[in-house]
Amino acid sequence: MSRCLAERAIDHVVLERGEVAHTWRTERWDSLRLLTPNWQSRLPGFGYSGNDPDGYRTLPEVINFIASYARVIGAPVRTHTTVTSLRSTEAGYLVRTDQGDWRCRAVVVASGTCNIARVPTFASLVPPSIASLTAKEYRNPNQLADGGVLVVGASSSGTQIASEVHRSGRPVILSVGEHIRAPRVYRGKDLEWWMDAAGVLDERYDEVDDIARARRVPSLQLAGTPDRSTLDLNALTEIGVRLVGRLAGMTEDGKAQFAGSLRNMCALSDLKMGRLLDLIDKWAQENGLDDTAEPSYRLPATRVETAPPLGLDLAAGNIKTIIWATGYRPDYSWLEVPAFDRKGMMRHDGGVVCSPGMYLIGSQFLRRRKSALIDGAGDDARDLSVHLASYLDNRVARVTA
Amino acid sequence: MADADRPSNNGVNVAALIAAREALTNAPEAARFKWRAACEWRNGTHSHSTVEGFYGLGQEQQRKTRFTFDADHPEVFASEDKGATPVEYVLVGLASCLTAGIAAIAQHRNIQLNSVTATIEGDMDIQGILGIDNDVRNGFGGIKVTYDIDADAKREDIEALVAQSQKRSAVYDIVTNPTNVTVVVN
Repeated sequence: MSRCLAERAIDHVVLERGEVAHTWRTERWDSLRLLTPNWQSRLPGFGYSGNDPDGYRTLPEVINFIASYARVIGAPVRTHTTVTSLRSTEAGYLVRTDQGDWRCRAVVVASGTCNIARVPTFASLVPPSIASLTAKEYRNPNQLADGGVLVVGASSSGTQIASEVHRSGRPVILSVGEHIRAPRVYRGKDLEWWMDAAGVLDERYDEVDDIARARRVPSLQLAGTPDRSTLDLNALTEIGVRLVGRLAGMTEDGKAQFAGSLRNMCALSDLKMGRLLDLIDKWAQENGLDDTAEPSYRLPATRVETAPPLGLDLAAGNIKTIIWATGYRPDYSWLEVPAFDRKGMMRHDGGVVCSPGMYLIGSQFLRRRKSALIDGAGDDARDLSVHLASYLDNRVARVTA
Repeated sequence: MADADRPSNNGVNVAALIAAREALTNAPEAARFKWRAACEWRNGTHSHSTVEGFYGLGQEQQRKTRFTFDADHPEVFASEDKGATPVEYVLVGLASCLTAGIAAIAQHRNIQLNSVTATIEGDMDIQGILGIDNDVRNGFGGIKVTYDIDADAKREDIEALVAQSQKRSAVYDIVTNPTNVTVVVN
């Protein structure tokens, strides 16, 4: 966004509570790799120039990539500046920070959507003998006591953490709710390549049937595996991870209750993946790739045992740790602007917030399916900077008239 | 997928359902329903239940018809078999909920259904309810629903209907997840 504003000679500052790429430096587990391939992180005027375009950036590489971009574009970043509140004024917005106040005509909220780990309310009933941490707090298996681990949530974070923890010798039970299965590589190419090429990632927010629903869809079960292997539930079953249903409740005496819906959760996911691969096959055929790409195939159905356990006595001693990979929500507590719906989500039209001069960027399916990817930032920033520039122009026109 | 030029008709008013969904999104209070039944003991294990009014859309609702249900146990339980067993009502509830969902979702996806039949079977070890073995639960050990569906759609689309119906089914949720139950005596 800073780069796009600079292109339009719009005077601005970027306020950052820590260093550039703060959350990547402080809120990610050690072994995490970006789930999109190197070539795909295309920012306005910046991209990948190394010799491993199909690889996945390690955490230090991601931090370096974002920090380099800030340097290259000369972004006017004020680091170690925490915004404490933002409210509207006659002239625009007043931004209070721990380094003084700012007044501005327009504001772009780019504080992310993964600020607060979502944990079910019954998490408070977990027996005190069991360590409980969120995916945001997890760093590596050495942090955990020896013994069994219950990982709750089987999207991208949950499956990666389950794999790493189980391989460390701590037997994992993985509680599986709604998730979206995806092969890392399909017909010889990265799934992201297909989705990018076939235009799936460019699908616009005002073209999908139900945008509220599209924004709620869990993240693809993708991992930046160095060997480009697929990390799905079958791969986890293969190494000995035990699958159970969605964690549905916890009794007062610390018995976890799992939903009996595991089979259908997996069926929904398999069917959804099948539809995506059908779409890719159709696109490949229509675009003459059938001769060069590897032949089409389907993955075997997700294996579910006949009667997965419906309960687990956490006090019995086998489980030493619970890791909650149950999603995140944004922290908008500092925004004193009437721009929220009854569920506390920001009301906006493709990032144009209902409060004039306010914009949102970097959230799930903001303007396009790729909006939450690094690769999606450029197009969204271009669109929103056009709107922001014309908002400022109109405002000037109104004032002078 | 159904022919786009020939709208399907499964007898479900999807437009009304979608309009209701939109209206209730803006009026969440009206979405709070209370479903009710009354049950009266007759004799032995035989009871007679009625279903009539319910609360929803912000007010009490009355039906045109009062529905009645007799429940009992079969003769092998030394009962008089004057109605289906309560657990069979649960099976009826699950099958009819999933089937209604299939019809509604098929309509929404413009898939013409020609026939839909479900058979449903619940395994139960009655050592639980008889108090013979505390390790055996009272309820079903597992439930299996088998659908035979003839529709103008590909197999994957039919499977997706059935999967989506489970995802949105109230009774499926009730059966697969715990629910707090409060029983009081006046």
